[in-house]
Amino acid sequence: MDNWRKSVGAFWASFLPPTFWLVAFFLAPLSLIWMFSFGVKSGITDIDINWTLQQYARALEPLYLGIFAKSLWMATVTTFICLIVAFPVAIAIVFAPPKARMWLLLLVILPFWTNLLIRTYALIAVLRTRGHVNFTLEWAWENANGLLTFIGLGSFNLIGEKFEPLALLYNNTAVVVGLVYVALPFMVLPLYAALDRLDRSFIEASLDLGAGHIRTFWSVVVPLALPGIASGIVITFIPTLGSFLTPDLLGGTDSQMIANVIERQFKSANDWPFGAALSFLLMYVTFFGLALRALLTRREGVGDRT
Amino acid sequence: MSTLTNLLRRKNRPEIGPLDYHRRLWLRVTVALTLIFLYMPILTLMAFSFNDSKRNIVWRGFTFKYYEKAINNSELIEAFLNSLTIAFVSTIASVILGALTAYVLWRFRFPFRAVYEGAMALPVVIPEICMGVALMVFFLRTGFNTGGWVWPFNLSAITIAHIAFSFPFAAIVIRARLESFNTELSESAKDLGASEFQVFKDIIVPHMKPGLIAGALLAFTLSLDDFVITFFTSGPGTLTFPVKIYSMVRFSVTPEVNAASTVLIVITVIITALALRLQNRNNMLQAG
Repeated sequence: MDNWRKSVGAFWASFLPPTFWLVAFFLAPLSLIWMFSFGVKSGITDIDINWTLQQYARALEPLYLGIFAKSLWMATVTTFICLIVAFPVAIAIVFAPPKARMWLLLLVILPFWTNLLIRTYALIAVLRTRGHVNFTLEWAWENANGLLTFIGLGSFNLIGEKFEPLALLYNNTAVVVGLVYVALPFMVLPLYAALDRLDRSFIEASLDLGAGHIRTFWSVVVPLALPGIASGIVITFIPTLGSFLTPDLLGGTDSQMIANVIERQFKSANDWPFGAALSFLLMYVTFFGLALRALLTRREGVGDRT
Repeated sequence: MSTLTNLLRRKNRPEIGPLDYHRRLWLRVTVALTLIFLYMPILTLMAFSFNDSKRNIVWRGFTFKYYEKAINNSELIEAFLNSLTIAFVSTIASVILGALTAYVLWRFRFPFRAVYEGAMALPVVIPEICMGVALMVFFLRTGFNTGGWVWPFNLSAITIAHIAFSFPFAAIVIRARLESFNTELSESAKDLGASEFQVFKDIIVPHMKPGLIAGALLAFTLSLDDFVITFFTSGPGTLTFPVKIYSMVRFSVTPEVNAASTVLIVITVIITALALRLQNRNNMLQAG
């Protein structure tokens, strides 16, 4: 690495354009709403920045605290489901032959490249009252009913008088399903990377010494893959916590997450200072998660060296 | 059950070794179910764009009529072209800015370098919603109201926002590529009298090329996939594909949306496949 003074011209030529873009179109906008978060609304578009903390205090009211808690809960459940589903998938990919491995990885990442809105829309078509899942269930119900009639039990209405479609959309479950659907690749990739780095002779040694697969998993694979697991959890949790589109399209009236409240403050409710305060609270939670991840991975690194 | 197990194990293969986890039945089933979960919705969406039924759920026969409808929907086409334009411009700018960022961080030691690196990673990690509202407020407050400008300049605000969140991603990819650069090459070029710019143009950029392609692919798909930031930065006068689809989806589920979505999915898949192929060929050329 060269000292920047050694070739000042080259340094500024490559330093200035990206720095300008970052400062003007990222840091400046963030600073602006950071300032707004310490202000109060004093007119339809006027904001009086008087460095008050009242917006943050308002964010701690039970209503908003409840929404924050709910968002954290939904993100936790989603991350947990992703972890449980992604772990076996990552194991299968890592231990697959090289060619199959490439294809499986590609298959896992591919949905990730598809527009989020389209994927969410696709889920709506699957889950809605007259959607594919209910359609399949209705078909199964009719066949079952036909079978019951055939064996002479038709008049007892054993499986209900008629098919009741399940309410699969516009509730919290739908939001969690949607969040898992979107976040799953986020979890598979870091787990895959961690398991790929793992020295297989440890697993072999453990199996040779008489531990079963389950014991080997818990006492060899999991501890060694811990940085990858931590990474996966954080990488899944953060975007899930801040997701806007999934709860907006798949959720009902009581499945609002924090991003939906923020959106409302900036659009229909037109209360920018409060929305700004909520945005920054969300960002602080994000930074806390990232710091935690850095701490966890660093501690692992120290352990490796000693 | 045992025949099924045998079928999946393909009888004539040797016994499953202790580390052949991928050949264990329950893992295969998990992987299969996960892939079905990931692909079933997208594939049914694509299939039902050809379905000759407004109700969109029972198969009534093959038709292209919803594609015709989508093509004749001038707002949809306008939104689509706008989104492609934004993605195109944003990709070019993101690759240039990303390459410069990667170069600066790779080559130079300067004061507050770690802080700079952290700041460059911020757009990658902060929640989209925060960046979206910040940019919306910023454009409104600075009076940067591009909505009324002539095409394609009415897309400036969205494009600027897209570049802001894409170029740090491109920088990460390009930087990873630069790590494999042999500095003796640039040093000997300089000893032989090449200028800084010549070294950059003739030695470093060619080495970066696979990274540039990967970065461009990433930037393009990021831009085309983005909903949240586009939603907040597009004024009432600008139509973009995600925002248009959003309003259509909120309204109802129609085969026309399926048709338009299918086209977008196919475009993304083709571009990704092309880029992967290009990258592969580059890697092979380098290896050979």
